[in-house]
Amino acid sequence: MEFRATREAYGMALVDLGKKDDRVVVLDADLSGSTKSKEFQKQFPNRFFNMGIAEANMTGVAAGMALTGLKPYASSFAVFITGRAFEIIRQSICYQNLHVVLCGSHSGISVGEDGGSHQAIADISLMRSLPNMKVIVPADYNETYLAVLESANIEGPVYIRTSRAKSPVFIEKNKFELGKADVLRHGNNVTVVACGMMVSLVLDAAKLLEKEGISVEVVNASSVKPIDRGTIVESAKKTGRVITIEEHTIIGGLGSAVSEVLMKEYPTRVLRIGIEDVFGESGTKEDLFCKFGFTKEVIAKKIEEFLNG
Amino acid sequence: MEDFGGLEHIAKEIRKDVLVMLNKAKSGHSGGSLSVVDILVALYFGGIMSYNPKSPSWEDRDRVVLSKGHACPALYAILAKAGFYEKDLLWTLRKLGSPLQGHPDARKLPGVDASTGSLGNGITQAVGMALAARVLKKKYKVFCIMGDGELQEGITWEAFMAASHYKLSNLIVIVDFNGLQIDGKVMDIMNISPLKEKFEAFGFRTYEIGGHVYKNLIDTLITAKRNVVSPTAIIARTVKGYGVSFMANRVEYHGVPPSNQELEKALKELDNGV
Ligand SMILES: Cc1ncc(C[n+]2csc(CCOP(=O)(O)OP(=O)(O)O)c2C)c(N)n1
Repeated sequence: MEFRATREAYGMALVDLGKKDDRVVVLDADLSGSTKSKEFQKQFPNRFFNMGIAEANMTGVAAGMALTGLKPYASSFAVFITGRAFEIIRQSICYQNLHVVLCGSHSGISVGEDGGSHQAIADISLMRSLPNMKVIVPADYNETYLAVLESANIEGPVYIRTSRAKSPVFIEKNKFELGKADVLRHGNNVTVVACGMMVSLVLDAAKLLEKEGISVEVVNASSVKPIDRGTIVESAKKTGRVITIEEHTIIGGLGSAVSEVLMKEYPTRVLRIGIEDVFGESGTKEDLFCKFGFTKEVIAKKIEEFLNG
Repeated sequence: MEDFGGLEHIAKEIRKDVLVMLNKAKSGHSGGSLSVVDILVALYFGGIMSYNPKSPSWEDRDRVVLSKGHACPALYAILAKAGFYEKDLLWTLRKLGSPLQGHPDARKLPGVDASTGSLGNGITQAVGMALAARVLKKKYKVFCIMGDGELQEGITWEAFMAASHYKLSNLIVIVDFNGLQIDGKVMDIMNISPLKEKFEAFGFRTYEIGGHVYKNLIDTLITAKRNVVSPTAIIARTVKGYGVSFMANRVEYHGVPPSNQELEKALKELDNGV
């Protein structure tokens, strides 16, 4: 199995977008080596703008560029671009429904040692709550690459969430479709809807449970907004029980998005797995995933308990 | 002339602790921790600050806000040396469950006056503490240590404006002016100069000094403490990675710890006073 960080795909895709379209411009806030936007800078130095450590100004500048017809991509750590710049994203980007693509890297607790101040745990909620914003949380390197390419064709603002840590590369498809979830594994007993790095973990947990005769349907909901209502409702009708899992607070993120769909269209028992209204902390990614229950064993146990409960 | 050999010796030991901590943690910020050491040594051991390690939340203590929170290994080593906790705690830096978080956490570690790490957030809290002294009728000073790159954040200038508007003479801002940030030189990424003039225009009494020269640091800090009319800014010219030849002025060592080999070399250099 190959392991790569999703943030690397962001840099690669930016370069390919830059080759195709000279209206693509890239902005960063002194983290271009970490977010990987530096790859674009190397190829297109005249279309790259380092705005310094000033995320709020960076997003406003991106909005201004979009008003002239350019296609800006702006990146920083997820916690800073969605947090420090939130109000600018709301007023200047979303309110005008401008085509600006924001990339938040170093999301979730997999940031590791930098600790709670640097671990974005509410970025999906923040971005999802804004009208016009689309939210994409790709499951691996391949899907990130495809999502970034596709973002050029999406109208209005887009938020793409990437990760610092390497994770398995396993998604096989040729195109990312906004608003479409993929059933990666078919099952009858329970539906697990996941996004980001959690998807491969859930697939591993499903394999463990298969041995115990539990058949898990795994849905990759990388398009968190808009969310694929059809696929989720159809799966819920089949299994009757739904679990969501995300490397994010359980308040307002994927779990909420899925619950909102089911509440309206097919009321079903839902268990939300994620970060339970606490901040992250320092530690290796592995230690933190153990502490927060993001291991295939703990996930399998939670699925089993939910089915028995 | 006064002899600052004692402080220089402490600084050398602190730099060694910082490098060992970072090496054991296998991650963290070497360059900006090394550049800020002399500023912190002057504050904590140069007779500038009142604090009591036995009573970390003593209400009358002078406050330190490390607004460039990523340099916390230096602060952690200083607080251990000052007696806030056992030195052994230093080797748990960045490990699961350690109070020595990757960025300072005031709820977890005694001696840390404010949680920081997201740049720009320290100075605003420092302004709040300085303003609070007026309400509480306290005489404490607030020392806020900032990066030069950090000054690109707009919020820092909102804070300076407020500090000056409210004539917070108990606020002393010290800029660790090492000329580098992450992606390159501050002047190339987003120029902040002319900095002295900017601070002066914002109403700060401003000094520009050598940030590794104890006489300069101590004299200026004493003068700043006597200022009763306006906030003070001290632009301390420093070298990122100071004290270790192969890290000095090298942007590559911003967020990288020393390897085992590099650690050995660095410790030797510090001992021999290269
Ligand atoms: C709001 C915010 N944006 C980005 C970062 C990431 N970051 C950490 S350190 C740093 C560079 C800081 O440069 P400077 O203030 O000059 O500190 P020094 O060079 O002394 O380490 C950046 C961009 C951050 N911590 N906070």
